[in-house]
Amino acid sequence: MRNLKRQLLAGPYLLWMAGFILLPLIVILYYAFTTTGGNFTFLNVSSITFSVHFKALILSLKLALICTLICLVLSYPLAMILNNMKAKSQNFIVFIFILPMWMNFMLRILAWRMLLSNHGVINSLLDTIGLPRLDILNTPTAVVFCMVYDFLPFMILPIYNSMARISSDVIEAARDLGANSITIFFKVIVPLTLSGVLSGIIMVFVPALTSFAVSDLLGGGKVLLIGNVIEQAFMQEYNWNLGSGLSFVLMIFVIASMALMNSWGDENGAGVW
Amino acid sequence: MKKTFRILLAILAVAGIFAGCGKKDSKNTLTILNYGKYMEPEVLELFEEETGIKVEYEEYITPENMYTKYKAGAIDYDLICTSDYMIEKLIKEEEVCEMDFSAIPLSEQLDQTYFDFSKSFDPENKYTLPYFFGTVGILYNRELVDESKVDSWDILWDETYSGKIIMADSVRDSFMVAQKRLGFSLNSTDEEELRAAQNLLIQQKPLVYSYLVDEAQDEMIAENAAMAVVYSGEAGLALEYNDKLAFSVPKEGSNMWIDSWFIPKRAKHIENAEKFLNFLCRKDIAMMNFDYVYYATPNTQVKDALDPELQENSTIFPPKETLDNCEVLKSLDDNATMKYNLYWKEIKSAD
Repeated sequence: MRNLKRQLLAGPYLLWMAGFILLPLIVILYYAFTTTGGNFTFLNVSSITFSVHFKALILSLKLALICTLICLVLSYPLAMILNNMKAKSQNFIVFIFILPMWMNFMLRILAWRMLLSNHGVINSLLDTIGLPRLDILNTPTAVVFCMVYDFLPFMILPIYNSMARISSDVIEAARDLGANSITIFFKVIVPLTLSGVLSGIIMVFVPALTSFAVSDLLGGGKVLLIGNVIEQAFMQEYNWNLGSGLSFVLMIFVIASMALMNSWGDENGAGVW
Repeated sequence: MKKTFRILLAILAVAGIFAGCGKKDSKNTLTILNYGKYMEPEVLELFEEETGIKVEYEEYITPENMYTKYKAGAIDYDLICTSDYMIEKLIKEEEVCEMDFSAIPLSEQLDQTYFDFSKSFDPENKYTLPYFFGTVGILYNRELVDESKVDSWDILWDETYSGKIIMADSVRDSFMVAQKRLGFSLNSTDEEELRAAQNLLIQQKPLVYSYLVDEAQDEMIAENAAMAVVYSGEAGLALEYNDKLAFSVPKEGSNMWIDSWFIPKRAKHIENAEKFLNFLCRKDIAMMNFDYVYYATPNTQVKDALDPELQENSTIFPPKETLDNCEVLKSLDDNATMKYNLYWKEIKSAD
């Protein structure tokens, strides 16, 4: 009886999963492997080898990697500094990091568009104080910049969480046993925060790989990512089969990157998921 | 087994929710699909007040988006407004109902010239009612651009303006510019001509500030760029906000577009749709819409009532010589459409 009740509690989520995760996945798979006429084909999936699509995929992977790396380099020291602060100021700083997420991320991208434009606030300011202008709008640089801006909290928070969980006893014990700060960092802190780093990497890399809105708005239509190709296939070309085929390929890349991170995490005895 | 059954049941339940949408035959409503910012909102309120018909109004961005929305079939639209080549495509697919013009007596007020132009996509004027029309040209900043050269598309390849040119983020409009510069038809499907146009656009890419549709107007008003390829109506509106701007339709010719209303096959309230079309043709209502949209209207009563100065405004109302030099976009077959799309993607991904 008790068991049944517990199962019922999972009911709404099961329904949700069936209707909005499983069913769409099946539909995508169906479209991915059929022609517009409904016949079986591999062409939609294999079209990733077309030079345009392949180029877009490589560019997406490249930008997502750069973005993840920058986020990591920025977040790790930040999380350490944060962790060493007084509890009260820690809460305040974390709050500041979460604050921008209260606003819709599309609006924030649009705001960056305004700030970075030729006559925008930043360039006008640079002009008046006689510094060189920042002409990055409508380039891949702007796209990476904004992705970092958008996804940074997703890297900081898991790292900070895993760092806060390290008991000070562990550090003290290491010190008692004669480890210096550098040894403590590499032998104690890094391994214990690895799970946070890995989930941070996935939480930044996956959305960066699949994004299309940022490149659309800040790339000025000149940066074609795989997400843009898929969006165009659905919205402009009315070719759902091609869009699904390419989405399927992208999904494989997402799953592969997650599996890679997972296996790495397992070796180090800290599962991410 | 039990588990699979449960999942199947859940899927059916969810599918049931969706199947229940959109069947409202008995209700006195009207479902409209239109371009964004393409109708004075008050017009809808007035129509509801006068007729008691409840209007459901939806918007879209590009004709291709409209096609996707319509084809998805989730909503049965009663009345749709879109552009020439997309209507032609839908007529070919037998998705359009014939219009009963006797139920829209006020359509007589529309200038016959534009019905004649419409014949390029609706040969017998059976299916569509013109709403607004215009051309495509170069919106430029007079202080930044050499005005003696804007009468040709060549200026968009001039390296002096590197990083200050905005191109249209739309396949057919961008190709049109290159095709016209090369002296081809904008409806060309010839492989060599398309490749030549594509090469020209790839060559131009390093000079382009960005590819935009709706935002081009804002960027020009903010003076972030020197030139932009835009629709004449948008240029007309931009001129109102910044008097340094001007508009030119190059001598090589351009695209003339007509946005028209049509009643799709799946319409459930045809009578209401006709009432609404008649309402749109009424002078006061057409005037309200003109003031809001600021595109050229085919309604003679509205045009005659405007200031002479506005009537002479060649940005909003393209002169006859310009129109004679323009072509209307035709819908292309699937093969040609695929070619255009692929070539366009190659331009977008070029370095």
